[in-house]
Amino acid sequence: MSLSDTFKTLTKPAHAVSGIGDKISELPRVSRWSLVALFIVSLYLMPWWPEVPVLGWLVDTPGTSFEGVITDKVVIYVLVALGLNVVVGLAGLLDLGYVGFYAVGAYVVGVLSSQHANLPWLVCVPIAVAVSMLAGVILGTPTLRLRGDYLAIVTLGFGEIIRISANNADWLGGSRGISKIAKPPNIGPLKFGILDAKPYFFLGLTVILITVFFLRRLENSRVGRAWNAVREDEDAAELMGVHTFKFKLWAFAIGAAIGGLAGTLYAGKVRFINPSNFPLQLSILFIAAVVLGGTGNMWGAVLGGAVVAWMPERFRGFADKRVFVFGVALVLVMVFRPQGLIPRKIRKERWLANWKPSQSGDADSGVSRG
Amino acid sequence: MSDWLIYRTFWDLTVTGVALGSIYALVALGYTLVYGVLRLINFAHSEIFMVGTFATLITATNFIGIPLLEEGNYPYRTGFTLVAILLACIVGGMVVSGAGAVLLERVAYRPLRGSGEHVGAVVLAFASVFTASLIFTDHTRLNLIIGLIGTAPLSVLYLRIFRRGRQAPRLAFLISAIGASTAIAEAVAIWSPRDREQYQTPRVLEKKVLFEFLGTEVRIDYVLVIVGAILMMTALVLFVNRTRLGRGVRAVAQDVETAKILGVNVDFVILITFLLGGVMAGAAAMMFTLVYDQTRFNIGFLLGVKSFTAAVLGGIGNLRGALLGGLVLGLGENYGAAIFGGQWKDVIAFVLLLVVLMFRPTGILGESLAKARV
Repeated sequence: MSLSDTFKTLTKPAHAVSGIGDKISELPRVSRWSLVALFIVSLYLMPWWPEVPVLGWLVDTPGTSFEGVITDKVVIYVLVALGLNVVVGLAGLLDLGYVGFYAVGAYVVGVLSSQHANLPWLVCVPIAVAVSMLAGVILGTPTLRLRGDYLAIVTLGFGEIIRISANNADWLGGSRGISKIAKPPNIGPLKFGILDAKPYFFLGLTVILITVFFLRRLENSRVGRAWNAVREDEDAAELMGVHTFKFKLWAFAIGAAIGGLAGTLYAGKVRFINPSNFPLQLSILFIAAVVLGGTGNMWGAVLGGAVVAWMPERFRGFADKRVFVFGVALVLVMVFRPQGLIPRKIRKERWLANWKPSQSGDADSGVSRG
Repeated sequence: MSDWLIYRTFWDLTVTGVALGSIYALVALGYTLVYGVLRLINFAHSEIFMVGTFATLITATNFIGIPLLEEGNYPYRTGFTLVAILLACIVGGMVVSGAGAVLLERVAYRPLRGSGEHVGAVVLAFASVFTASLIFTDHTRLNLIIGLIGTAPLSVLYLRIFRRGRQAPRLAFLISAIGASTAIAEAVAIWSPRDREQYQTPRVLEKKVLFEFLGTEVRIDYVLVIVGAILMMTALVLFVNRTRLGRGVRAVAQDVETAKILGVNVDFVILITFLLGGVMAGAAAMMFTLVYDQTRFNIGFLLGVKSFTAAVLGGIGNLRGALLGGLVLGLGENYGAAIFGGQWKDVIAFVLLLVVLMFRPTGILGESLAKARV
């Protein structure tokens, strides 16, 4: 690949549409901020969505409580998808063992608050996030030299190693798992318990919003640009002076930390974990969430996580056929929207003025390659 | 576990390890071929294998009519009848798996490559109408009828969309593969007569001890598996190295664009690649049922992951690498399980992979389908 080709790859937008995001950013500041505020408020009102006429039919989950679904699954999956999006979408590293970090987070909370100590949940969370981050670094250091699909199979192995180790280690509760895990502390009128799922939802949504804010800053920083460069062409990035290994490791660590955070939320909610909560298939579901939403687009990851978590519950009426429906839906979405539901969009300023979508394959296509 | 026990069972472990490794290697060939040509992890290959085991089962019980048990005994056959039954089973597995792999390519992958695809359009149109009809009725026959009626108009529309000729990003292929894999496994689980239960396959081969090897009794089914796998692999290597079509496969593996310019029908070569992988998986499926006498809708997943590990271990895209990786993995798993205990079997497989990749980042033999040193 010549240098001019490399330049083209780096500057080529993934998708050339002006979406809703552009229109919103063109609005005056006051209306923009009020739109964002309105959106956030409506998110916090989500537990009452099923009572709204049209929306209610759309989001209803027959057979299970809507609140339960959004707190148990949607919030967790969205957070996980956000974290995995850093690794897969921003840095372009295919991680098929992401469930490992999620499990590490949940298990640290379990061990520290029930199995071996009695620390409160809030104290466990930072420790769990730190340990997950460390796990990311430990896995990343030897393996990030590998490229592409080699990394994928190694990370897949890592997820499985974590699960089997937890299954066989007695001090982690073995296959019986850990029960009576601490729950988050009550905040004023929000009482965390089994009766009301809403406090968990508010907590989870707040964590997601903070994560989104944090990731947004990160994406537009030097680190984010370095990830962009590594994803588009690792050799070119290295050539331009980007310390690729360091930034790949950062992506791994930050992704792992967010995965661990999701694990702590999960442990605090269900209060009982065992190794069968963290199967290999879950990793694959997480990847599906990220790609389904739109690789590299944070809003895509949010949407993908929500869809993957919510869809099987929405179609509970299909009974045992819902997983089949999910599989068919994955194929169909990929066939008709290969870039995901909300494709990644590179800012207008960076577009080459005369760039046109090429008909032949591009750098990250399935068949053609340099 | 004490040392003498390992020593006593060492050759025993070796024989079973080589037999298991041969099955891994045959399935790994499918991953390696497709990866070599398309740079794509064919995640649904494991389900092609699973479908093959069911094809073997149906061939034996429905077409040939062998019962699971005859008067309380296994339905053993001998001589010419036995050979004929085994051949029929392996051919059944190979045909169904091969066809399944080709269909998979045309439905889940080719539309993503942006070439107009009739079969894919029809199957996807049917799948969408059929799935949508599940919302309204749970009556399978009615679903089928609605699906068939809706297929014709929708497939025309789909075909038009496929003709736009846009190439999807690599990850889209992976997710499409995962979706197809889920759909195939679930379809078998839902619409097979005994749902998600385990199926026994008829045991026509009496598993006698054939000969003694260094103090270990070698059973005949292991010998058949190993010999069969070697034959299949030799045939595949000869095909890829010696025939015109095989040269096409190698050309596409080297450089798609150049191969296209030089007149290679790339889509056909890709189809052949999938067919070869499927046929190998079908043979592996028959050998699997020969040794383990059982199948289930989800047996593909873990075996597929292991086989892909084997392919990566040997050097993905490399046919000899798949063989070597399969054997190393099968043996390593067996020895490791004897030393550390059976529950660590899968951990050992992945740690082995990690260690190998740390020292040889492209597998033991490296990638080389393209370099013709197959």
